[in-house]
This record gives sequence, structure tokens and C-alpha cells, in this order.
Amino acid sequence: MSTAAAAEARPRSFRGGVHPDDNKRATDALAIERMPFVDEYVMPLSQHIGAPAKAVVMVGERVVRGMPIAEPGAFISTSLHSPVTGRVKAIELRLHPNGKMMPAIVIETDAYDSQRLPAAEPVDVAALCADEMVALVQQSGLVGLGGAAFPSHVKFKVPDDRCVQAVVVNGCECEPFLTCDHRLMLEQPQGVVRGTKLIMSQVGCERGYIGVELNKRDAIAALRAAAPPEIEIVPLQVKYPQGAEKLLIDAIFKREVPAGGLPLDIEMLVNSVGTTLALSDWLDRGVPLIERVVTVTGPGVAHPRNLLVPLGTPLSAVLEHCGGLVPGAHQVVLGGPMMGMAQKSLGVPVLKGTSGILCLDRTAAAPVREYACIRCGRCAEACPMFLNPTRLAQLARFEHVEELEANSLLNCFECAACSFVCPSHIPLVQWMRVGKGMLRTWKASS
Amino acid sequence: MIGEILTALGIMTGMGLAFAAVLAMAYRFLRVEEDPRLEVIEELLPGNNCGACGEPGCTAFAEQLLAETVAPGKCTVSDGDTLVRLADLLGVGVGAEEKRIARLKCAGGRSNVKALAQYRGMSSCRAASVVDGGGHGCSWGCLGLADCERACTFDAIRMNEDWLPVVSPEPCTACGDCVEVCPQDLFVLVAESHKLFVQCNAPLSGEDAVARCRVACDACGRCAADAPEGCVEMVNNLPIVHYDTPCQPSPEATWRCPTGAIQWLEGEQFAEPEEDAPPWRTYG
Repeated sequence: MSTAAAAEARPRSFRGGVHPDDNKRATDALAIERMPFVDEYVMPLSQHIGAPAKAVVMVGERVVRGMPIAEPGAFISTSLHSPVTGRVKAIELRLHPNGKMMPAIVIETDAYDSQRLPAAEPVDVAALCADEMVALVQQSGLVGLGGAAFPSHVKFKVPDDRCVQAVVVNGCECEPFLTCDHRLMLEQPQGVVRGTKLIMSQVGCERGYIGVELNKRDAIAALRAAAPPEIEIVPLQVKYPQGAEKLLIDAIFKREVPAGGLPLDIEMLVNSVGTTLALSDWLDRGVPLIERVVTVTGPGVAHPRNLLVPLGTPLSAVLEHCGGLVPGAHQVVLGGPMMGMAQKSLGVPVLKGTSGILCLDRTAAAPVREYACIRCGRCAEACPMFLNPTRLAQLARFEHVEELEANSLLNCFECAACSFVCPSHIPLVQWMRVGKGMLRTWKASS
Repeated sequence: MIGEILTALGIMTGMGLAFAAVLAMAYRFLRVEEDPRLEVIEELLPGNNCGACGEPGCTAFAEQLLAETVAPGKCTVSDGDTLVRLADLLGVGVGAEEKRIARLKCAGGRSNVKALAQYRGMSSCRAASVVDGGGHGCSWGCLGLADCERACTFDAIRMNEDWLPVVSPEPCTACGDCVEVCPQDLFVLVAESHKLFVQCNAPLSGEDAVARCRVACDACGRCAADAPEGCVEMVNNLPIVHYDTPCQPSPEATWRCPTGAIQWLEGEQFAEPEEDAPPWRTYG
């Protein structure tokens, strides 16, 4: 125990990063509640990174809760399942949280159905070969629930010459305001541990690690009580963006994932708490990814909550369930305040990657005036990827595309630590995104 | 003293003569023949290096002219007299290329397209397009933040009161800079004689389209019915005008358009909005 105490005295972390106000008080003590079913669900075919899914249902068809409604469009793509029992009302263009109109399956709920999920036998994971496991996970529609929504089965595709040394579960939840992973670890520590064990036995790895930031001591205690000795609970310093998988590996093992590479390149497998739990639900109980925990919070909403929301629920319905927006509400952001995206319409649905619905008021979303860069270097100090954000923003502004690549723009994962510390309020991350767009078109044309 | 000066002078003269001899030899044996006309042609060309001809710059175009792989008319920036002089110099025909103009496949200015939210970020279309496309209700339309105006080398694009880019046909050389810079891919280069033009890019139909933008194409298909057979075809809820077929498009196709999405364009594309046209907003 003395080593653990010493670890907590000097918690592990990475270089760089920032310390935003975590604002988790409003919801971190609220148990997860189930969101009641609403009349209509909108399931965009593209809710994950990679190719969009292909619809396998027709308009007018009756669908049962948990039944596949779309199949993967490619290897890096995943399936979709119906969040409710009902009828397919339309397959049409609907507003997607990315601001575009995208094809979506619209399902009308059957008001007289019990919405009970069919029972399923647990899968014997140890008996599965690697390819079977990949196919099985792809069938579940599982994606990284931390926010990036990268299809999970791709991570289980371990090349033959590699052997996973460590299975890491990401319980950092470094984004301010969000508490969904915190509540999951607190309320279902056995499930998280079970999921970790399933992944470990599947990839044949002996060691598991669950990294949790120190502002969630109750979750650390709950996981420690539930975890067997081969799974270590690693307390980490409270710092943003600790939850980025490369930085989590850096903090726990002091090892670096190669630029442009994946954790698998150094034989590690990282999944978030939510994903791990959803995986154990799928393998043990046959529940595909049809709902997720969403933190509805911020000064702009009447009753902040942690809600278990069926995918495809419109934001307006979720907010209504939470008492609606307060009069001063000004901006609704999907995700956290650092990496989330402001929405222009409350008609957009909750997607697989939606970790939070953040409602800001006029003070929190106040407009800022941009000033010239004063070369203070705070952005470079804050950047966890050792980039020079102000330089990259300049290069993007003047369209020096080749230099953008030479300055490793593609290593930027848009954590917004640079924009957060910039005293001149330069929208650095927006410039990074513009620069990445330029780089893509340039690469496509040359 | 005098002797030293003379020695130095002698050495310098000797070296000068020796190098002159080397240069004379190089001129005689290593000379590259260059067409004297190249310089004259370059002099005649505008020298903007705009790239409208498809070559990287005016020198490259001049070389292509000499090789007779292109006709002088390919340079849309030069005026008629210059082209004739170029053609005379080369002893070829002018090879008149029809003037093309950049046209915008959208007429949704801020008084006509619904704004769902206020965008307060960087004032650039490309920047707005990476954060949800600003507050626009139509995800295909013009964002109105003037990236094309800034990109235009010839000052041919000007944003009007309705936040739409107006292309002046006169200075526009169809260089394609606006086509490249527009994140919504709305600009197309069309020949000046191709006057029937669809000013909408949204593949929506009926009420769905008009609820977002008052001048959107609602895919009613009247233009396709009114135009001569095979001239206008509805593809993916948008009319496509076929100029490659023998049929001649006529203004008739625009007469029954309920929203004005299909237009018979002469000169500039958009009229100034009426003074009392307020922006169409749905937020407080």
C-alpha cells in the first residue's frame, strides 16, 4: 500500500497540458438515470470515423430494439442497431451534428411495445480466434465512446508479429463538465473490470491498467475494491488532456507512441471505460451499442443530469427531459467545452460519440476579441504533442501547405490546450483544422 | 613602385584575356539556340501568371505557343488586338476560345437562406466550414464570408449587401482561383454563351428545400418540362442543363420556376437586394 500512497503523492502525468476549471460538481454526485423513450429516433449512417454504414432495412419495415439496421460499409466502419422497437419512417437527409445534412434512418417508436431486449447467451471469449473476435465486435456496432468514435473492432485486429503487452482502460475523463465515465466507474466497477478481463483474455495479455484522474478518488476506491491483482488502478494527475490515449500511455508507462502511429505499434491496447463496459455488455448479455451515458450539464440547463440515452434521441427531447434550457442559455455544445462542437440546431440526434450536452450561458460563451500574437510561447508550453501552435496557425493563414506538413501539423489532435491558454484569444485550433483541410486537398491534388 | 603597378596591371590584363577566351569558346561551342520570338511573345502576354490557360505561368504558355501546341486564344486575359498580333507573329490562327466566367451555384444570400444560429468565429468560409459550416440552415450553400473575394487576383469578385459574391464578367479570366478556394465547391466556370444556369446546389426537394432557403430549387421539374426536349434533365433533385446536345436552351425554362433557382444570366449574376430585405434568422 505504501507504493500506492507514494504514487498518489506524486501522481504520474505527461509534459505540457493545461488546468481548466473542471466544473464537474454539478453532476458528479448524480446517479445515472434512464432517459424515457421518445416518439422518433434519427440514426445517421455515419456516426463513426471511416466509411458510412449501409442501411439494411427498408422504409415501412418493422424493427425490434437491438436489431441491426445498417451493416459496415468497409473494414473501418461499423454496424448500427435500432435503439427502439418501431417502424422505419424514412431514410433521408437529416441534419448531423457535424453541420451537414447526412443520410439517416428515421425510426418511429411503437408506443405499445415493452422495449424489452431479447435475452442472449454469454460468448466464450477464450474460444474465439482473433478474426472471429474482430467480426463479433464489428457486429456490435461498438466505437470508442470517449468522443472520437473510432470503430473498436479495428483495435482488436492485432497483426501476427505483434503481441499486446498491456491492456489500458481510459478512465481519465479530463474534459471539464463531463462525468459520464466517472459515474460508470462508480456505479459499475465490476462491469469495467469484467470488460478489462475479457479484453485481456482475448488478446492473451497478463496485465491490465485502468488510469483514473485523482479528482475521482471514489471511483479509484470502487475500482480497487473490484479489481483482481493483475489489473492495476493507476491514479493520474488532474490535467487536460490526460485522456488522450497517447498521453495516457506516456503517463502510465513513460513510453511514446510513434508519430502518426497507434498504441498497437508499441503493443498496447487502449479503450475508454464506456467502451470497455459496452464490450462486456455485448459479450455477456448480447446488448449491442444502442444507448450511451450522456452528461447533460452547464449553467444553461435547468436540471443537470447523467442520462442513459438511446442513440438517435434528438437533443431537444433530452434537454426537455432535463427541464429545458434556462432563459439565459446561449450555446449548446456536443461533447466537452474543450473539444466539443457548438450546435446550430437542437434537432440533431445524440450519436455514439456524444459524451455530453453542454449548455452555456452568455457569460460562459461570451464573444472574445482576437489580438495579434505576442510571442509569449504559452501555446508551445501547453501543447502536449510538442508542436508550435502559433507557427502552425501562421503557416495556415498564409497557406504554406508544405511547411505545415514539415511542422508536423498532422500530430495535432485538436485538444485545444493552445487556444485555452492563448492570451490573445487566437482561434488556434480552428486554424489547425483549416490547415489540415488545406493539407488534405494539397495531397489529393499532388 | 612603377614596376609593381605594371606587374599588377599585366596580371589583370592577362587574366582578363584568358577568361575572355574561355567565354568566347563557351559561346561558340556550348550555345543553346533560343527562339528570339520567345522574348517578344512574353512581352505581349499579360504577365499575371494567373494560370487561366492551364499552364503554370506566362513563360510556360509562351513556350507552348512556340511549340504550336496551343492557340493564342487560350489566353483569356489578353485583349483581341494582342491576340491578333500574337497570331500574326506566329503565323497561326487566333483560335478564338470562348470567354468563360465563374458562376456561383447558389443564390442563398442572408435575406433568403435561414440562419439557425449566429457564427462568431473567424471571418473566413474555410474556417466556418470546419466548425459546423457556421450557422447556415442549408449545408450546401454559400457561407458568405468572402474567401473568394480575397482569392481573386483580378478583383472580379465583390461581396454584395446580401453577402453573395458577384462576379463581374469583364475582369473575370476564369483562372479558377475561386473554384479552388470555395470550401462548398460552389463556383463553376461556364462559357459566356451558356446563359441558362441553375443557382442552387441543394439536393433537397419540395417544402424541405424551401423551408431552408427561399431561392432553393425545390425539384418541381417545371424547367425540365418547359425546355426543349433533352435540354434540361433532373438529376438528384437538381436540374442539369445539357449544352453538349444539339438542343438550344432558351429562357422559357426559367419562366415557371417558383423560386427563381434557374436563371437566364446576362452579365452579373446577382442583383443588389432590396433595401428593406432583412436577414432571415430563427434565433433571438
